[in-house]
Amino acid sequence: SVSDVVLSALPLPFCNSPTMIVMVGLPARGKTYISKKLTRYLNWIGVPTKMFNVGQYRREAVKIYKNFEFFKPDNEEAMRIRKACAAAALKDVAAYFSKEQGQVAVFDATNTTRERRTVILSYAKERGYKVFFVESICDDPEIIAENIKQVKFGSPDYVDRNVDEAMEDFVQRIDCYRASYMPIDDEKDRKLSYIKIFDVGSRYLVNRVQDHIQSRIVYYLMNIHVTPRSIYLSRHGESELNLSGRIGGDSGLSPRGQKYANALAAFIHGQNIRELKVWTSHMKRTIQTAEALGVQYEQWKALNEIDAGVCEELTYEEIQQNLPQEFALRDQDKYRYRYPKGESYEDLVHRLEPVIMELERQENVLVICHQAVFRCLLAYFLDKPADELPYLRCPLHTVLKLTPIAYGCKVESFFLNIEAVNTHRERPVNVDVNRNPEDALQTVPDHI
Amino acid sequence: MNSAPVCMTNCPTLIVTVGLPARGKTYISKKLTRYLNWIGVPTREFNVGQYRRECVKIYKSFEFFRPDNEEGLKIRRQCASAALNDVRQYLTEEGGQVAVFDATNTTRERRETIIQFAEQNGFKVFFVESVCEDPDVIQENIVVSLGSPDYTNCNTEEAVEDFMKRIKCYENSYETLDEVLDRDLSYIKIMDVGQRYLVNRVLDHIQSRIVYYLMNIHITPRSIYLCRHGESELNVNGRIGGDSGLTPRGKEFGKKLSQFILEQGISDLKVWTSQMKRTIQTAEALNVPYEQWKVLNEIDAGVCEEMMYEEIQDHYPLEFALRDQDKYRYRYPKGESYEDLVQRLEPVIMELERQENVLVVCHQAVMRCLLAYFLDKTAEELPYLKCPLHTVLKLTPVAYGCKVESISLNVDAVDTHRERPEVGITHTHTHTHTHTHTHTHGTTELHCASAKCTIMQRITSWNEQVYCKASLLLRLLFEGIFRLLLYRTAEAMKGRRSELNLRRCDKAFVHGAHALPGELSRCPCKAKALKT
Repeated sequence: SVSDVVLSALPLPFCNSPTMIVMVGLPARGKTYISKKLTRYLNWIGVPTKMFNVGQYRREAVKIYKNFEFFKPDNEEAMRIRKACAAAALKDVAAYFSKEQGQVAVFDATNTTRERRTVILSYAKERGYKVFFVESICDDPEIIAENIKQVKFGSPDYVDRNVDEAMEDFVQRIDCYRASYMPIDDEKDRKLSYIKIFDVGSRYLVNRVQDHIQSRIVYYLMNIHVTPRSIYLSRHGESELNLSGRIGGDSGLSPRGQKYANALAAFIHGQNIRELKVWTSHMKRTIQTAEALGVQYEQWKALNEIDAGVCEELTYEEIQQNLPQEFALRDQDKYRYRYPKGESYEDLVHRLEPVIMELERQENVLVICHQAVFRCLLAYFLDKPADELPYLRCPLHTVLKLTPIAYGCKVESFFLNIEAVNTHRERPVNVDVNRNPEDALQTVPDHI
Repeated sequence: MNSAPVCMTNCPTLIVTVGLPARGKTYISKKLTRYLNWIGVPTREFNVGQYRRECVKIYKSFEFFRPDNEEGLKIRRQCASAALNDVRQYLTEEGGQVAVFDATNTTRERRETIIQFAEQNGFKVFFVESVCEDPDVIQENIVVSLGSPDYTNCNTEEAVEDFMKRIKCYENSYETLDEVLDRDLSYIKIMDVGQRYLVNRVLDHIQSRIVYYLMNIHITPRSIYLCRHGESELNVNGRIGGDSGLTPRGKEFGKKLSQFILEQGISDLKVWTSQMKRTIQTAEALNVPYEQWKVLNEIDAGVCEEMMYEEIQDHYPLEFALRDQDKYRYRYPKGESYEDLVQRLEPVIMELERQENVLVVCHQAVMRCLLAYFLDKTAEELPYLKCPLHTVLKLTPVAYGCKVESISLNVDAVDTHRERPEVGITHTHTHTHTHTHTHTHGTTELHCASAKCTIMQRITSWNEQVYCKASLLLRLLFEGIFRLLLYRTAEAMKGRRSELNLRRCDKAFVHGAHALPGELSRCPCKAKALKT
């Protein structure tokens, strides 16, 4: 048919022009932090995004970093190298869009001069890319010092410097940029699309949001924060249906599951968490698990387990017996495969997006959910791609504690010492629709 | 140290508009109120101008607003106080969650008064300032303001002149929200109808949602077309849900729809469908690109999928009755409720706000939810809105509301609308027939075979046959037994309801994209104390 059918579980309109997100700001203003986070979020919701860090290019060009003198504005040799690096990065952006079907490129550099930004704007205009600037402005010395500590000391530039030397050098590096720093001007640049973030999010100035993706980016940026906190992810305690190897359904906890709930309560109390929020789904097994904690909890329908449609409450053996072709199709593309009258992992990501947005807004949260849901949330925090997501290991009776640090997430795993069935099914070797049952059921975990 | 209530995360929010006349404050207030109510946050707007009109019955001229008009100032202050009083009542006694205080609030002094009022009562304050210098936009807005009762007896020229002078009265004392002086306040400043926004100190989820919403709405003229898929095979068989294809009449509708769209001559029309066959087949007939949204899929009727209402009555009479008691909140077993539907449609509404001309080809329950948003219908009315097949609704935002044009494309179809039945001892239910002419009846027509009749129906027909006293006694006896059964059923329903309630209330809100996470329920059910 003539129609350009866009199959989209996600409400992202078919967008023809790719978007360049261009960071602006002095060093240690969180540009790379924002770039990485934004890239992770956009990829998770299904928008192919890639980050281009000009500092990386510079490190590849100038193998060894001596000191801040490289960044002095009168260092002509260095200036040439830096310009070349920016140009190389732009070329790679173009290649990403044209050859790799990228949709968004995050151009992470200081971009502090009007001149540099003009170069980028012309480059984009020539090729029909939209440009959205993200400027981070911060003069709070404490925040800047914290940033430097968190990420700069670990940088390859300072790998063999002690902490004090590194700090001193970095401060002078910032000074090199300061003199020529021209922030986006609200008058002169009023035709540009941008968001200015002041003081790590206490204030925002948003100008000329052009389209849906920019609107989503703005919403996301306005919801993230850097206050230290931890997110605890856990599945419900072992359920009756788990025991019999059946998927889905809405059964209650088994005796061991109940034990887990109590152990979880003890664990949580032991962690001494400030102002913990507890979230569950609408299904019995998560609610029963939360009940044991003796604290207030919120139920989210969006946290319900993936809907297995016609396969609800079947064992894998039964699915193989009754719907062998479906079973094979699922193994072929577990992320996109949608159960008849049910959902796919891709659908799940879509319905979990408000959960992620709220998790970003919140501080300490314990989420009690289900295997597929857990995998989706974990993939977001650990930046796992779609083909790995459905095979992430999320065993019962184990709590994962995620603590954002530097540019990523520290993960601590706590098994609470209460036995449970294994519900993890690896991808079998043979995914052909005509495979024999033994091949299909090769990786099914044991059950009653 | 004061004894004012401490502001906790679950405290109500007072949204305060700021801006000169004709800057779109009332437009924003009404729209925001409508959106918040639709997503389930009880919200009400308080327009101080209304209070003034009630106080000063007849509006004479702009002189009332002159800054040196002592009498006028006194009245205006009183009106603001009265409005604030009503705000307090709404938020503390009537279960309101958000109040929108719609007035100019152009001086720092007035805003300070409001802030103190909020502090005393434990309300959070969020300012929404609209700043605009574009004369064209202001001119357009004035036209809307001229629709106000203040100007019913003026001719347009006089009215415009008076209104301009009215604006002047405020201009000199206007103190805009200042980046430095007001840096501790929470606010959004909307500049030039949304070209630019300044957002300061967003405190919580609801403020974040409000900001997101305000940043997505626009006033560019456009129309939204809502229609259902063409008549489907399951429609014709009187069955709900499922994923069937179009009947020949349904396909005919697709063709007529295509013609209609062409005739409308819409520039840049976006077409959206669900991921179900019947909407996709309808859109196919249009021969234009279209987008499929899973969230536009019809309400999931769970165990009742593909059943006829009669079959539901037979197999699940309790469920059937429960649904009629609260069609908005009732959730089909293993399915969804209208309330769930609203929550999953929220991104659609947000995107509809961002877009311009859009045609949405969807389903009965989905269309009811979308329509309720645009026409500000309550949760009670929503599940009974009429959305017949083969009819396009053209919604055009105008002034503070929405103009609706209903265009039937003259292709016959079954009627799938089921009115709210009267629920009582003689349980009434409607029948929809499966032939070309369909009627829905509001009262019982005892067509069903007696073997399938429930005990309730049997008693009614017994009634009709009995005349003598002895029989009367027997009848009373039967009714007594029946009442007992009904009572026990009702108790069971109540138990189930309270179980649902318990799940919902014992802890915070049943969550959705629209509920307020991190906000504790304000319901009277007990809540266990936070122990950690």
